[in-house]
Amino acid sequence: MAKIVIDGVSYEVDPANNLLQECLSQGLDLPYFCWHPCMGSVGACRQCAVKQYRDADDKDGILVMACMTPASDGAIISIEDAQASSFRADVIESLMISHPHDCPVCEEGGECHLQDMTLMSGHNYRRYDKKKVTHRNQYLGPFINHEMNRCIACYRCVRYYDDYAGGTDLSVQASHHHVYFGRQADGVLESEFSGNLVEVCPTGVFTDKGFSKHYTRKWDLQSAPSVCVGCAVGCNTTPGERYGTLRRLVNRYNSEINGYFLCDRGRFGFDYVNSEQRLTEPVRLLGSESQTLSSEELAETLAEFSNSGAIGIGSPRASNESNFMLRCLVGQENFYSGFSDTEHGAVQHIIELAADPAFHCPSISEIEQADAVIILSEDVTNTAPRLALALRQSVRNKALSLAEDCHIPRWQDAAVRELAQQQRSPLCILSSYATRLDDVASDTVIETPRVLSAIGFAIANKISATAPAAGATGEHGELIERVAAQLMAAQRPLVIAGTTAGNTDLIAAAANIARALQENRGDTPVDLCLLVPEVNSMGLGMLVNQENTLGRALEKISSGAVSHAVVLENDLYRRADSAVVDAALSRLDNLMVLDLLDTPTTAKASVVLPTTAFSEHEATYVNYEGRAQLSFQVHRNHSAAKPAWRWLNGDQECDVETMVNRCSSEARGFDKLGQLLPDPAEFVAGMKIPRQSQRYSGRTAIKANLNVHEPKQAVDPESIMAFSMEGISAQTDAAFMASSWAPQWNSNQSISKFQEEINGKLKQGHTGTLLIEKRAASGAYLQAERAYPDISEGSLEVVLAQQIFGSDELSARSNSIQERMTDPYIGISPADARAHGVRHGDMVSLDGIDAPVIVCIRSKMPAGVAAIYCGDGEINPHALPETISLGKSESTVGERGIRGLIISDVLEDYSP
Amino acid sequence: MNKQIIASSGQRARQLTAAEIADIDHEMGIYPDKQAVGLEALKIVQKHQGWVSDESLLAIAGYLDLPAAELEGVATFFNLIYRQPVGRNVMLFCDSVSCWIMGCEGLKAHIKETLDIDFGETSPDGDFTLIPVPCLGDCDRAPVMMVGEDLHRNLTTEKIDEIISHYRRGEGSE
Amino acid sequence: MVDNPLTKNIDRSRPPLEIAAYEAADGYQSVRLIAKGLSPEDVLQQVKDSGLKGRGGAGFPTGLKWSFVPQGDDTQQQKYLVVNADEMEPGTFKDRLLMEGDPHLLIEGVIIAAYAIRASKAYIFLRGEYVASERLLRRAIDEAVASGFLGNNILGSGFDLELIVHTSAGRYICGEETALLNALEGKRAIPRAKPPFPQVSGLWGKPTIVNNVETLCNLPGILTYGVDWYHSLTKGSDHGTKLFGVSGRVKNPGCWELPLGLPIRELLEGYAGGMQDGLALRGFLPGGGSTDFMLPEHLDAALDYDEIAKLGSRLATGTMIVLDDKTCPVGMVGNLMKFFAKESCGFCTPCRDGLPWVEEIFRDFEAGRGNEKDLQILHDHVDYLGPGRTFCALAPGATAPLGSGLKYFKEDFERHIKERCCPYRH
Ligand SMILES: Cc1cc2nc3c(=O)[nH]c(=O)nc-3n(C[C@H](O)[C@H](O)[C@H](O)COP(=O)(O)O)c2cc1C
Ligand code: SF4
Ligand code: FES
Repeated sequence: MAKIVIDGVSYEVDPANNLLQECLSQGLDLPYFCWHPCMGSVGACRQCAVKQYRDADDKDGILVMACMTPASDGAIISIEDAQASSFRADVIESLMISHPHDCPVCEEGGECHLQDMTLMSGHNYRRYDKKKVTHRNQYLGPFINHEMNRCIACYRCVRYYDDYAGGTDLSVQASHHHVYFGRQADGVLESEFSGNLVEVCPTGVFTDKGFSKHYTRKWDLQSAPSVCVGCAVGCNTTPGERYGTLRRLVNRYNSEINGYFLCDRGRFGFDYVNSEQRLTEPVRLLGSESQTLSSEELAETLAEFSNSGAIGIGSPRASNESNFMLRCLVGQENFYSGFSDTEHGAVQHIIELAADPAFHCPSISEIEQADAVIILSEDVTNTAPRLALALRQSVRNKALSLAEDCHIPRWQDAAVRELAQQQRSPLCILSSYATRLDDVASDTVIETPRVLSAIGFAIANKISATAPAAGATGEHGELIERVAAQLMAAQRPLVIAGTTAGNTDLIAAAANIARALQENRGDTPVDLCLLVPEVNSMGLGMLVNQENTLGRALEKISSGAVSHAVVLENDLYRRADSAVVDAALSRLDNLMVLDLLDTPTTAKASVVLPTTAFSEHEATYVNYEGRAQLSFQVHRNHSAAKPAWRWLNGDQECDVETMVNRCSSEARGFDKLGQLLPDPAEFVAGMKIPRQSQRYSGRTAIKANLNVHEPKQAVDPESIMAFSMEGISAQTDAAFMASSWAPQWNSNQSISKFQEEINGKLKQGHTGTLLIEKRAASGAYLQAERAYPDISEGSLEVVLAQQIFGSDELSARSNSIQERMTDPYIGISPADARAHGVRHGDMVSLDGIDAPVIVCIRSKMPAGVAAIYCGDGEINPHALPETISLGKSESTVGERGIRGLIISDVLEDYSP
Repeated sequence: MNKQIIASSGQRARQLTAAEIADIDHEMGIYPDKQAVGLEALKIVQKHQGWVSDESLLAIAGYLDLPAAELEGVATFFNLIYRQPVGRNVMLFCDSVSCWIMGCEGLKAHIKETLDIDFGETSPDGDFTLIPVPCLGDCDRAPVMMVGEDLHRNLTTEKIDEIISHYRRGEGSE
Repeated sequence: MVDNPLTKNIDRSRPPLEIAAYEAADGYQSVRLIAKGLSPEDVLQQVKDSGLKGRGGAGFPTGLKWSFVPQGDDTQQQKYLVVNADEMEPGTFKDRLLMEGDPHLLIEGVIIAAYAIRASKAYIFLRGEYVASERLLRRAIDEAVASGFLGNNILGSGFDLELIVHTSAGRYICGEETALLNALEGKRAIPRAKPPFPQVSGLWGKPTIVNNVETLCNLPGILTYGVDWYHSLTKGSDHGTKLFGVSGRVKNPGCWELPLGLPIRELLEGYAGGMQDGLALRGFLPGGGSTDFMLPEHLDAALDYDEIAKLGSRLATGTMIVLDDKTCPVGMVGNLMKFFAKESCGFCTPCRDGLPWVEEIFRDFEAGRGNEKDLQILHDHVDYLGPGRTFCALAPGATAPLGSGLKYFKEDFERHIKERCCPYRH
């Protein structure tokens, strides 16, 4: 700790930080643009100038940029100094010279950091009366709009996009006052994290395209603290609704998970909520007839299902409460998992490992601290994208430690990068095809699943001889030595695997590596991150009995042992071979499906109950770490859709609190779930937390064309939040804050006012609790179990490829995401392409599969392996055999094709 | 990571010539980092082609596996990299302070009139591209300009006429 | 003993000396000293003792700068020496003279400096338009390599040095030493934050020294003839000789090597022959476009770093630009402002957005649209673009002629407003 004096007041600060960061941590107002809390300083904008004095006798002082000056012990500075203030006003005046002042039509208006800083700096009147500089805007794809004329050249966009997120197609061009921030030519922004530009840009250059089409002011959005349902990371979000449609989704700061950034699936994959295809009525289907159920009929139907010994099939995309209520309805014995069978096994295994005290499952912010990483065949960019962004930060730990050795502070962003050049902490990726993280990997091993697993086991064995080795590792002896040594030398090694590669051996190998490391290190648990694909895969896994696989459920149905089944928010055709599903479902007398959109499974139902989407109900989900989080309802669904748990509870009035408490007390492993509920003592005199901002003006305008009276606000008896702007201020507990807002700070940058310190926890902490209790160590190493297929002449071993845009069922039904999706494809090596006589872009048929796929020739694929992307349900992955052969297909490539595919090793020009 | 698959601009890289590739490869031995070679490659391509077209820029990016966007950022920063076609002779006319004091404004007008083009333009016959350049470091013999690789000092209108007809005759740099 | 060590071999009427002739004129003696066992520490000490100050503009003591480079056997890492031969400062024409006049002198200086900091690789960052310099330097380097002064194990000393000519793709900011490093790395030439200084983390993150051409050309003399000789060259407070240039409407514009400390009058009226007939001296920029105006009353001041600083300007590159009484001072400052505005790298706000505004205002003054409000804005920008406000020294350089111009030629600005035109163009 250091002592510094700011405007005559003494403060305790961290000398490792710069003055700007420390001023903001102290809650002081000091304007800035180019600095960003997690991107450090470059000193470009000159907005954060303060006066610094040599000592108490120095009356003159000099101007310094707070962001570029260390908060060293004894520093004396002034923010209020007249010269400093007037310089800051001059900087704003400069920045506004060519700014269009189009605030009334700018979608950033009202939450614009530039507006805030302009006001804060005290520049009022435009003296500039010459010609402004203007620019041409670019087409940047379906997510982002470009309005370069609003640019104030703070360089944040390129620093974020290139330096932080590893993008390569956005750059700064030209020079002097003509600097331009864009792509080399018009085209889709390639980074999976492009959406954060919207929040990183301090003004309206990069804006959310979907939101822009029908934007509304921040203060007119109704919002609530929510959790992203795009994958198992569980990023915290703030969705915003107005007039019945969800308009946009922005980041909600959580120091342990997403920090300031989301991925594009999460940010843009929500508008299926507004879809015309939403299910809206509870119906009974008789052939092609559908008949709306009255409440009596509904009650009868539910009674019928529960009395007939129905089985229930849960869902990893449904909340704990819904899965739990289904379990209550059918009984634990009859509650089956909605995973595929392989995934079921893998998830059960992961839950078991999570309880092992040898391991620690790291949060996203902990992942950023890893200084040596090995990934065993999990394509994280496409399955848990936010985690990939964290890994891009972890490889920089090498640079930070080099900088420390040279006494360069870590916030000196450009200097640290310059010093380190290409030096990075080790990241080893074992995969059957090139991944999007390869550019920052120290080793990328592209091999068949069999060899990858053998390498994984061998690394563990190299670290501890007690760990079993398994199989031939090919030519990789040196790599195994090196990676083992790197992991052992690291202060915070990290091992990553997951279920989507579909190879449970890799999970075992990952656990062995982590266990071997732990054995070496003694007490400290080792970071082992085992990924599951969906928002509540872990919650479902914890609720379901180990033996209750989907396969057993389908067998039971097929055997005729049950006549009724309830499927909760799940499309079984994505979980098991279609033929098996068809065979089973056709045996049922009655199938009830609860879902929010039509799926092939709802098409087979006799009763369909429409459910609410994530933003329309309150619910808890368990992320990959076993962290349970509560997501609040943002807006009401005006149709008959209800939360699934509510239907399953017989459509009884009941609030989520009761649900959570029941789940907490009745379901094993969920006892801490109750802690997520806000403490009623915090809420003054029964007041609620408003979902609408104190400045919500839309309310009086609702239906003003019909009636000038303000309609009564809807009452929400079920939540601590109100559909209103009245209530206690969000400031009371930032953990329940719908969107951040502080005096003079209307933009997302206001979050600093709610943090304990910059980049720290929110003042009242974050909601969320880790459910999984550690039990006694087993200490046992795992064995390789999988039998790998023998690859005969001409056949290819199948591995599944995932896509950030397309592999997630719900986000795939959002408009902008659809523009980024591709058709199913098969990635093969040039050698195999030659052997099969196919060219890039050819359509081929796979034996046993109806739908044709497009050939994608990839330079970084092992021979004999086919990476198949199944599209959005076009191909049932469970119908794929272990090996496959290609046949010519007469079909032509559809409109979508694979043009939009962004992978690094495509050989478009390849021809046999 | 750099390969651009979404090619909405429709622009494609051209093939680099063997001579260009040989020159670029030579630079790889001189600089320890391919980004440095990127800027050299822009100069090399310009030497061979006269300017750097989009197709050339993409070709360099492809050859060196550098992001095209980054290369564009570099190419558009420096003023001796031409991202538009230029004439057979590039006239770099110094308009900095010493030349200004020595009357370059009048000469500027004369050149513009004679060639009937403005600064930044190429004469319709393709003979000359006229570009202003900061101080050429020959201030004691101002006004000065460079045509191709030749420096012309103590300029007068008469001298400029001579110079223009000299290059028009295709005599070029010695 | 020679009293013009920088230019003794230069004769503009013939090509520069080839290596044999250069050696015959005491050339490469310092490299032979190294081969005879002169240690890097000795070289550093002698350069420190010489009092040599950088000739690139900032006048920072060269020996002191070198001493920040990590030395000793535990610093086996790559280090670099970079020659700043970007010469783009308006009115500056001295490095070109040295490189075209005596390239071996620069090469010898490079070898010494590289040896002192134990850099095994050196780059000459040469202005792209200096095609003659490039040709001559490359030829001289080939000669030096052939004679064993460059390459591996130089003259059996165990010291290796590779010297590479890099031609710039153009832009004034490349002369700023950290922007130069970025340009060498093939990046956009924006300056870097200091600290860390290049001496610690420079080219590709390695310890690097950037020195001006003229600075390095001083080294052979210092080592060959000794520090005492070097001190004897001048009577003033600064040591050594310096290239001084005069441009503008004087009788005999040119560039001469003269002892530091010479009175300005001697340079202007003696060497440059005074003003052309019919013209009177209004003022002058003593060391290139980013120095403050000085007035006729300052003519008796000495051409010394400190002396000139006392009078509110800077000796900087030592190349003087002369303003006569028939040339519009407002136009002259306007010309410089246009230069600086265009050459801003675009990184920091005041420079990027402030200078173009200043430029526009000057354009309005030229066109008779000048007004009091804009004049005030010019005054405001002198402070706003000053030292410490911007990221690098480019914009503060621009405020030198701007601020001093506004002060010394106040009535000219006012006449532009009053007469609604440039009074020099009736
Ligand atoms: C905008 C700007 C342009 C510069 N241009 C040059 C230049 O062309 N040549 C040069 O030697 N120094 C130039 N300098 C000074 C260099 O940054 C640096 O101080 C110098 O090269 C150091 O060499 P020295 O210590 O030998 O003087 C420039 C500085 C600035 C701020
Ligand atoms: S003062 Fe700022 S914008 Fe100007 S050249 Fe320096 S860093 Fe670039
Ligand atoms: S925030 Fe400090 S200079 Fe931009």
